[in-house]
Amino acid sequence: MTLPRREARDALLFLAPWIIGFVVFTAGPMIASIVLIFTNWEIITPPTFAGLANLRHLIHDPLFFIALGNTLFYVVFYVPLYLLLALLIALAMNVRLRGINFYRVLYYLPSQTPVIASAILWIWIYNPDYGLANVVLQFFHLPPQQWIFDPNLSKPSLIVMGLWGAGGGMVIFLAGLQGIPESLHEAAAIDGAAMVRRFFSITLPMLSPVIFFQLIIGIVGTFTAGFTQVYVMTSGGPSNSTLLYVLYIYQNGFQFFHMGYASTLAWVLALIIMAITAVQFRVAQSWVHYEGDLK
Amino acid sequence: LANIVLRHRTQSRTAAAWRASRRSQKRLGHLLLHVVLIAFGVLMLLPFAWLVSTSLKEQGTELVVPPVWIPNPIVWQNYPKALSQLPFIIPAPGTGWHSLLNNTLFITGATLLGALTTASMAAYAFSRLRFRWRSALFAVCLSTLMLPNVVTLIPQFILFKDLGWINTFAPLIVPSFFGGGAFNIFLIRQFFMTIPYELEEASRIDGASSLRIWWSIMLPLSKPALGTVAIFGIIFHWNDFLGPLIYLNSQQYYTLALGLQSFQGAYGGDFNLMMAASTVMIIPIMVLFFFAQRFFMQGIALTGMGGR
Repeated sequence: MTLPRREARDALLFLAPWIIGFVVFTAGPMIASIVLIFTNWEIITPPTFAGLANLRHLIHDPLFFIALGNTLFYVVFYVPLYLLLALLIALAMNVRLRGINFYRVLYYLPSQTPVIASAILWIWIYNPDYGLANVVLQFFHLPPQQWIFDPNLSKPSLIVMGLWGAGGGMVIFLAGLQGIPESLHEAAAIDGAAMVRRFFSITLPMLSPVIFFQLIIGIVGTFTAGFTQVYVMTSGGPSNSTLLYVLYIYQNGFQFFHMGYASTLAWVLALIIMAITAVQFRVAQSWVHYEGDLK
Repeated sequence: LANIVLRHRTQSRTAAAWRASRRSQKRLGHLLLHVVLIAFGVLMLLPFAWLVSTSLKEQGTELVVPPVWIPNPIVWQNYPKALSQLPFIIPAPGTGWHSLLNNTLFITGATLLGALTTASMAAYAFSRLRFRWRSALFAVCLSTLMLPNVVTLIPQFILFKDLGWINTFAPLIVPSFFGGGAFNIFLIRQFFMTIPYELEEASRIDGASSLRIWWSIMLPLSKPALGTVAIFGIIFHWNDFLGPLIYLNSQQYYTLALGLQSFQGAYGGDFNLMMAASTVMIIPIMVLFFFAQRFFMQGIALTGMGGR
């Protein structure tokens, strides 16, 4: 056997597990779930052809719009706040300061708290009668709140809880910041550029690929995140104010056993995410700066 | 000429003054930064302090307003009490080795075995072997990273149900033996790319097979990357809630995350016990983090993303 043919054969062998896994556990199920959109299937009875019934149900389903709205609220407020906070912390962590490693660990730790444990902890923090959140408000002489038990505050409460983990984004920004050559800053400082100016003219453009990457992953992740939190903390309440889209898919699929409708919901979400990602890649050309790019 | 000398002098004097003022400015800046970082650091730690403080309080004393931060008396007993309400560590009678901890460790260990072997195999093919569809297949592999996993949730469940795998560990373990996740493939491939090709060339000339090179050259050299994959895997399975929730329905097979949730359902009012159980769930991850920090950083440096 010739060398290239042997290599091709080896490659096939080495990739076989992944290829089989991709077909059986990813591509196959994806195609199957498209078929499911057009079926009515309650698990115990055999599936029947439903035509467009699931899609028709979708556009008349108020809970679908509520779940989508809640999720959009979560994405629109959480992702930018998370990135901004993560970037601010990373900028502070990039200063050559005594004890900086200690601070880095301190700010990173909350993001590594197991989700289920932090959900249970925050139920207690948001307890309206004895929780830490109201203790803090009281410290600042502010009136106590109902937090996750108040339909108007429940989503912001979840967002605050999520921001506690901003250290996870911080380390990625920090890695990006440390990749910016110091000579750029020095040259600009000699030319008399002030710190703010240097931040906007050097740091931000040099960091833009990292910001873009975090934005993409953050939006894809946040659209499908938060299941554990809302399942454990609020079950979607009060008055559906924390009914996130993933929770609604879960309820339809695994509590009501509407497999066809759950697949419809899943695909609609996937299309929304893909559309947003595609738009972001298009828009990125105008603001993301790649070193070595000729313009 | 005098003019020039004069100008030079004043310039160097102002430069020195400028540098001195910058230095003191810098010192002041650092001091300010310390103050801000400590203030926010306290805010970051407050939930942890609240957690540990509550976990050591006597039943009922956690409901005192304003709260007492240092419990009096300190009730260590909350920990064994919380852990004995469910088979967290010690299996319940008649369930063999199935405690929540053992189930979690078993699932984690098995998936790591699968992911480390099959992901590094795919990574080897993507980084070292030349074949026609390489870049196309690698693009497919990367694109699955962007795919929201909820799309495959329902049909995968139906598949595993048809296979009779519901209420077994198989749906949580078996897929990791088929590729081990696109993210892991990507991470290990990035590391393989940094290993000089010359190292395997000699063995190649001696007639070593790809399998042998992968096993006895690439894998031993890639311990940092494999360690990162392992750490991310441990954290993922320690956290994973949706998977066990869907596939495991008898309590004997519950994982820690699932057990903690059902514990919350049953004893949700006993905040001191809840916090004790949550602390027990958090501590191993914190210990792991302190001992394996470099693997976390390695993963971030290699891929530009955290373990998500």
